[in-house]
Amino acid sequence: MVRPWGWPEAVVAVPAAALAVAAGAISPHDALTEAQRLGPVIGFLAAVLVLAQLCDDEGLFHACGAWMARTAVGRPRRLLVQVFVIASLITAVLSLDATVVLLTPVVFATSARLGARPKPHIYACTHLSNTASLLLPVSNLTNLLAFAASGLSFTRFAALMALPWLAAIGVEYAVLRRFFATDLDAGAQAPPAAVPPETPVFALVTVAGTLAGFVLTSAAGINPAWAALAGAAVLAVRALARRRTTPAAIVRSAAVPFLAFVLALGIVVRAVVDNGLSSGLAHLVPHGTSLAALLGTAALAAVLANAINNLPATLVLLPLAAPAGAGAVLAVLLGVNIGPNLTYAGSLATLLWRRIVHDHDAEVDLGEFTRLGLLVVPAALLLAVVGLWIGLQTIGG
Amino acid sequence: MAVVVWITEGTWPACVDAARTHAPASAAVVLLHVSDHDVPGVAHGAFAGLLGRGRPDHDPGARLTDQATTSARELLTAAAERLGRECTQVERTGRVEHEVVAAAEGAELLVLARDGDRAHAGPRSLGPASRFVVDHATCPVLLVWPGSPRP
Repeated sequence: MVRPWGWPEAVVAVPAAALAVAAGAISPHDALTEAQRLGPVIGFLAAVLVLAQLCDDEGLFHACGAWMARTAVGRPRRLLVQVFVIASLITAVLSLDATVVLLTPVVFATSARLGARPKPHIYACTHLSNTASLLLPVSNLTNLLAFAASGLSFTRFAALMALPWLAAIGVEYAVLRRFFATDLDAGAQAPPAAVPPETPVFALVTVAGTLAGFVLTSAAGINPAWAALAGAAVLAVRALARRRTTPAAIVRSAAVPFLAFVLALGIVVRAVVDNGLSSGLAHLVPHGTSLAALLGTAALAAVLANAINNLPATLVLLPLAAPAGAGAVLAVLLGVNIGPNLTYAGSLATLLWRRIVHDHDAEVDLGEFTRLGLLVVPAALLLAVVGLWIGLQTIGG
Repeated sequence: MAVVVWITEGTWPACVDAARTHAPASAAVVLLHVSDHDVPGVAHGAFAGLLGRGRPDHDPGARLTDQATTSARELLTAAAERLGRECTQVERTGRVEHEVVAAAEGAELLVLARDGDRAHAGPRSLGPASRFVVDHATCPVLLVWPGSPRP
């Protein structure tokens, strides 16, 4: 389902969902229930996507680049630390899409400006877009889906995922620093410092306000999606008033085909799960929330994510893990979020499909990519699960 | 006959200085930079892993390819300035070590730098790409220390 002729994947997924309903693989009633369940999640996702794009329009990512360049002159190792800090925070708050699409080019530009070798920093960005997406429900679409299924509040979700988030980032840093030691030690020529851009205070305050809104709405028992919507609305009104954007551009940044794709994929996966996959997989999913069961669940989720991509893997596993409680749901998330760093393009299915449609004009050295993945993923997964287990013991699911 | 100077981020001034000292006045100097196709490739892969986004114009890999071309051109210009004599600038894209070995075929001399800095012992002073080039280059190789003082 990877853009054979530049079409959005929704072009395939929406008819597939319609076909599943028409062929009776899923009843119209079940399809509607699934759509109702996914509706709020998709609305939340749209708000976060718009928020991230408007932050970019306000110059937030550009300012991040300027800050990294200013504080890491001549020191690639320092730059790696700055990239870790920025990429982890951007991923956690504005989602992994923001890191991959908006931050990665900024990190490359910063590294080029400093005369440093770009590879360690670009690898850090792409790896962290997965591993640093553990912290908040908004960090990753998989989290939004699990958040809806877990019954956790926004703050409890974040509290339970804080240790796994830190553990996974710590492993990434320890491994990347050693893996790219020669590149990082090669130094960098410090060019004359450019004029620093204005700090986008308004965007920063709005993002902080949105985070506070997540906590407040969750305490008041309101869906935190409203806080994301409010944050996006504030930035949108300002950008429209200053003619920095157009209504059409805002609608585009909500990525409607993507939202349709998620809805359709949810219905297709539900049809497949109901027609035997769930009974086939049910005996593979460990029960309970002991450390061993959590490890088993996370490992299974990581394997499935590497086989078929983490989005369908999440949709398949959530209904199976949910009865065991929030701990099991979060263990699934650890697997599907950390796991994709093992396989180029996130999963074997995507990798094969890219080969089939010859969409690999800039392929990577798969040996190096996979070696790095093997050094990071098992260790990060193990420590993150231990972190989750400690969280469950101390603050409870 | 040509003297090929491999320009890499971080260590290139030492190579240019070595070329100024060691390249015969009659030799043609070639400044060579190779953009690693892995860098945009990794970004391509990360975007491909985001299932369903369907916006090829958002693929950061394409932007990184353009940025890499620009930054390579700037690097080669700076190197040519430091060299201060007539030279040819060559920019290639691909698997770095293979491109360097291919570009240096038939050259009189290939100049490259160790990767590490001298401030502390270890890590290995040759990264995987430089190691490969030293092992496989068919011409004489001049391996220099990156001598620029630490800021």
